[in-house]
Formats: sequence, C-alpha cells, structure tokens
Amino acid sequence: MSDAPLVSPATPSGHPEPPPHDAATQRMELIISYILRAGVFVSLSLIVVGTIVSFARHPDYFRSPEGLSHLTHPGHALAHNLDELIDGLAHGRGQAIVALGLVLLIVTPVFRVAVSVFGFMLQRDRVFVWITALVLALLILSFVLGKTE
Amino acid sequence: MTPLVFTFAVFGSSMVAGLLGSLLGLGGGIIVIPVLTIFLHVDIRYAIGASIVSVIATSSGAAAAYVRERMANMRVAMVLEIATVTGALTGAFVAAHIQSRWLFVVFGIVLAYSAIVMLRHRTNQHSTPPPPDKLADRLRLHDAYYDAAENAVVEYRVTRTWLGFILMYVAGVVSGLLGIGSGSLKVPAMDLGMRLPIKVSTATSNFMIGVTAAASAGVYFARGDIDPFVAGPVAAGVLFGAVGGSKLLGRLDSMLIRRVFVVVLLYISATMLWKGWTGR
Repeated sequence: MSDAPLVSPATPSGHPEPPPHDAATQRMELIISYILRAGVFVSLSLIVVGTIVSFARHPDYFRSPEGLSHLTHPGHALAHNLDELIDGLAHGRGQAIVALGLVLLIVTPVFRVAVSVFGFMLQRDRVFVWITALVLALLILSFVLGKTE
Repeated sequence: MTPLVFTFAVFGSSMVAGLLGSLLGLGGGIIVIPVLTIFLHVDIRYAIGASIVSVIATSSGAAAAYVRERMANMRVAMVLEIATVTGALTGAFVAAHIQSRWLFVVFGIVLAYSAIVMLRHRTNQHSTPPPPDKLADRLRLHDAYYDAAENAVVEYRVTRTWLGFILMYVAGVVSGLLGIGSGSLKVPAMDLGMRLPIKVSTATSNFMIGVTAAASAGVYFARGDIDPFVAGPVAAGVLFGAVGGSKLLGRLDSMLIRRVFVVVLLYISATMLWKGWTGR
C-alpha cells in the first residue's frame, strides 16, 4: 500500500485522492456503505409505522396515564424473544413492529461484518478473514449468551 | 402523563440529545441517558437499553459516509473490534449483576471525563516519528487519507497496536456497561496511542461504535431490557437530531460554547453521582 504513488493526477472528486484500493476492496466498501444506510432506513420506517399502529389500536393511550407504567416499568418489556416477536407480528401488535425495527437496527452492523468476511475472502487476505470471522462469531455469541443468563 | 405525551416527550428530548451530541462530538447516548432517567423517570436499565440502540443508528448512518469517503481505516477497525466486542460483552454482563445505583455512579464519572476531554484541541500534535510496530506492518494497517483542510493526501503509519487493543477493551467494557458509544475513550486510544491522524481516529471510532454496540445490544435485547415503547422514540429521535446536527454546521468549534456546555455536563454528572450515591 505505502509504496504506491501518493497523488493520482486527475480524480473524479476534483481533489487529490489516496491511492485507489483494488476493485474487490472498493466493491466491499460500497456494499458496506449501502447495507448500513438501507438497514437504518428500513428499521426507522418500521419504528414509525409500529408506533402509529400502537396508538391506532389503543385509543386509551391518548388519555389514560395508567397504560404508561405498564409500558415503561421493568419486567413488562414486550417481544424480547423471537417467539414473542413472531407472535406479536402475527397479531399485528404495534410494539412488535417497533421491536422488529429495533432488532433489524441491531443486526445491521452484524451484516456489515459478515459482508467483510466475504470481502477479505475475495481479496485472499487470510489473516483478515480470520479476524473478521472472530468478530462475527463474538457478535452471534452475544445473542445466544444473553438468552441463557 | 399519558403514553402519547410520553412518546412525544421521549422523541423530542432524544432529538435534542442527538443534535447536541453531534454538535459537540460527544454522541447522543451520553446525553440521552441522564435526560431519560432524571427528567422522565425512566428506569436506568431501560434508558441504557434504548440508548445502545440509538448509538447503533447514528453510528451506522455516519459510518456509511465515512466508508465512502475512505476516511475510516477499516483494517484498523476490524482488528480493534475484537477487543471492543469482547469488552462490550463483559460490560453488558457486569451491568446485569450490579445494583442500578452503581450504574449512576459510573455514568457520572464517565460523563465528567468525556465533558473535560471535549475541550481538548482536535489537532495532530506529534513531532517525533511513530515508533516501528511489527504487528501493524504485518497486518498492513498503514494507510492514507485526503485531508480537506490541507487539500492534500496524508500518509500515516500505525503504531503500538497492542496498546490500542488493550485500551479498546476498556472502551468496550464502558460501552457495554453504560449503553454509550464511548467515542471519548476510543478516539484518544487511536490518535494518542496508535498515532492515527485525528480525523481518521474520529471516523474509525464512529465506524467501530456500531459493531461494539451491536454486541451489548444483543445481550440487552435477549434480557428484555430493550423496551420498544422507550427504545423506538429514542432511536428515531437521536438519529434525526444527529443528522440535523451534522447538516447544521458540522461541529461547534467555538471554545466559549464548549466551555458553557462543559459546565452543564459537569452539573448533570454531579446529579447522576448524587442520585447513585444516595440511592434515590
């Protein structure tokens, strides 16, 4: 990397650019950037839709303060495992839709790491395939470990 | 307070937290947690669970841009993520086994530290060449980036990879324990420890924060500490605020405004410490 020429003469951005990465790296960078933006956009939409559905289904949320303590006190969190989440979605519960959006947001960086594993495979960079795979394994472990506590 | 009022209050205050966090370069989590716990009386465990999700949202949003501009060093990020993710898992587990009041105390300390670090001048101030590091050579961590202020490509060499690794573990623990991005710990580990240029350190830190937070968020979700009713409006609010902040004027560079906010943040830190110490 460091022995490549530092200044490329004409660049699309109109300013000096660092030496270009190889094609596989560039593709990986683009895909990662796209995954991150798409993940944020879709999960945010789900959160907004779920919140609207929640209020549409529970007109009492507009008036009665009783519902609040039920919704925000420990031990009442809804849909925090996959079964509950699927069940909630099947019944069209707004909070389950919000939870789906939150889960999607949480797994977006996990997808990013998974794509990097493939990216480094394409570059035949064995050390980094292992490093990225280890990070991915630790992330998957977090979902499993939290459950068995 | 009805659920409707609560949703709007959480969304609104999260948006302000995201805006301030982005302008001050602190991140939204560290501001949204005191707001939720002190003013809206949300249980601190739910506040942490909501904050960690909002941290992923802002990091992913910002990281997308940094990767395209090639400001973040992805190889450094991948290596250090082993340390931050392990740390985050440690932190998320410890959080489950200590009393809530100690979370307030640790939070107060980290907030005070972050507020003071905010006053640090964000410039490259190294005069000596970086000491050689065989590990960095072997992992090919050295890179170059385009610096807009200098209108030039700046080449840099990475050093002290092991020191960075250890510091990143600590940053991961804090992130998992308190549900914040802990950028104020990650950035100095990279720019003072590993000698990455400050802009690259900031971008790489932002890029890593999402993965670190995903590890602890997984634990918090499985445990039931991520309440959609709180976390939904917090994630949306902090993200909108952060996007607004980055569009508004980049960063608040006025030292006067920064000093004013340091006082405000130190006051909030003292309130959190007091709340934890007295157990009320």
